[in-house]
Amino acid sequence: MPIHEKSLIRPEQIRYHDKLVMDGIDVSGHWSLFVEPRVVTDYNEKLQDEIAALPGGERIHRCWQCGSCTNSCTVNAVNPDFNPRFWIYLIRMGMESELLRDKEIIWQCVSCNKCTYACPRDVFPEGVMKATAHWLELKGHTPQSKSSMFDAEFTEQVVATGKIEEGRIIRGFFKRSGQPLAQPWLIEMAKRLARHLPLKMGFLMGIAAIVRPRTRGWGRARGALEDYIAGQEHARRKALGLDEPGSARAHGAAKAASGAEG
Amino acid sequence: MMDTDDRKERYRKVAYYPGCALEGTGHAYNRSTKAVGKALGLELDEVPNWNCCGAMEVKNVDPKVQTYLSSRVMAIAASEMHADVVMAPCNGCYHNLKKAEYDLAHDAASRDTVAAISAKAGHATYEAGQVETIHALDWIMHGVGEDELRKRVSNSLRGLKIANYYGCMYTRPRHIFPEKDKGPGSDSTLKPHFMDDLLEAAGAVNVDFPLKTACCGGAHTLSDSDLSTKLVLNILRAAEAAGADVIATECPTCHSGLEMHQVRAEKVLGEKTTVKMLYFTQLLGIALGLSARQVGVQENVSDGLEPLKARGIA
Repeated sequence: MPIHEKSLIRPEQIRYHDKLVMDGIDVSGHWSLFVEPRVVTDYNEKLQDEIAALPGGERIHRCWQCGSCTNSCTVNAVNPDFNPRFWIYLIRMGMESELLRDKEIIWQCVSCNKCTYACPRDVFPEGVMKATAHWLELKGHTPQSKSSMFDAEFTEQVVATGKIEEGRIIRGFFKRSGQPLAQPWLIEMAKRLARHLPLKMGFLMGIAAIVRPRTRGWGRARGALEDYIAGQEHARRKALGLDEPGSARAHGAAKAASGAEG
Repeated sequence: MMDTDDRKERYRKVAYYPGCALEGTGHAYNRSTKAVGKALGLELDEVPNWNCCGAMEVKNVDPKVQTYLSSRVMAIAASEMHADVVMAPCNGCYHNLKKAEYDLAHDAASRDTVAAISAKAGHATYEAGQVETIHALDWIMHGVGEDELRKRVSNSLRGLKIANYYGCMYTRPRHIFPEKDKGPGSDSTLKPHFMDDLLEAAGAVNVDFPLKTACCGGAHTLSDSDLSTKLVLNILRAAEAAGADVIATECPTCHSGLEMHQVRAEKVLGEKTTVKMLYFTQLLGIALGLSARQVGVQENVSDGLEPLKARGIA
């Protein structure tokens, strides 16, 4: 992986002088620029394996760093710090502390799959972004992102009844993420909708808010899904070395430990 | 089209999977899809007792749970309805059923998981190849076709300028859509055109719109609203710059995302845009002589009647 990424150079380690003469030669400005070296000692040699153990991360080892993912990325076009190619590079190198510098934005992937479309190596970078965001949360490096809260709210409703009702999801998500439901723009939207909406439709939407839509006879599917999801969560924690056998408190302990390292 | 094409026959009556959004914010899409089908002599038989496909959110929690959820819908269509075609107008549902189909055909672990959950849940396990999942665009394009549609238009769209917006999930990732990119008669994953073709047959003029498959940020429409607003604003501005009166949509999540963030951009950023959003089925229905009310135009947030009235279409 020979690409030298400018982002590996931290701005605080760049040195140059506006006015500098050395041995009689004027090396002011760019001519005197150098980068103070630093030594990375905390390689996590298991990082790639850990990401690969989570859903979506399985094919990360195939990456050959062409950069098609970043080049096609929707979020990168809005925020240049969002750089899937670079993160895949860091994960494969085991440079955990470098990866953690971007931990607050990795969850922002919008799953548009332009990267998956562009990738010549079938890495499925979209899956790698999701696996990495999961890894950050499981390891306790980041709190649950709003996106994960939304996913959890949605999945709980589907598992419980087989269907979702959008109003219920929105209310549940705002409650979970501690945001007021009365956002001015949501109110404006409701107003514009109400302007033309036939009475009957408004009535039906009110009913949907009270009577939860559900799939008939869903009980057995619900049980099967709950068992499966619990099993998967256990397996993932184990793959990341987070569960001590027989210890119910392992989750909290692992969280505290990774917090201390960070 | 090939001589061996039997889709006109097979798509005449299909198993209909509306999905959760079409019972909520996408109600107008549901209404107009049914109305257009009826007007064109295509029959919809709703999958009984269907469940959510899992959308993007369940996939994020566990991809195989999404595969199971989507497979259950196809299992009912195959074993209870004995259908061989399932039509899903929502891009999310369509995408997820296609993805489940691909995973079940190519990944043994997905097959095992789905078989185990299906057995516990007490229903038949879906097996890859039992049904063909299609989008509403395929249904009308192959079940009726441009030429036939052109003959049936009684209220031409009279040069209404349209930017066709397909979003992400109709074309990406391409490996789950083996029928696309197959030359004439198939849709393109790079530049999809089925909606353009159908609306042109209905009398509209398609503007040169570069963001047909751009992302509206639907995945984070509420969890990262600022990003979604930026992405939507790009799409709205590009459509206006291309001269569009209307953005035609074929996905309830894209549609409500464009509508929501058009309002949010105006309220939060002070960025006002005036282009209107209409489902392609609403536009086709109006061209087929249905009233704006019959295709649910008044259920939209943006005032789609305005551009229609301006051209004397509605």
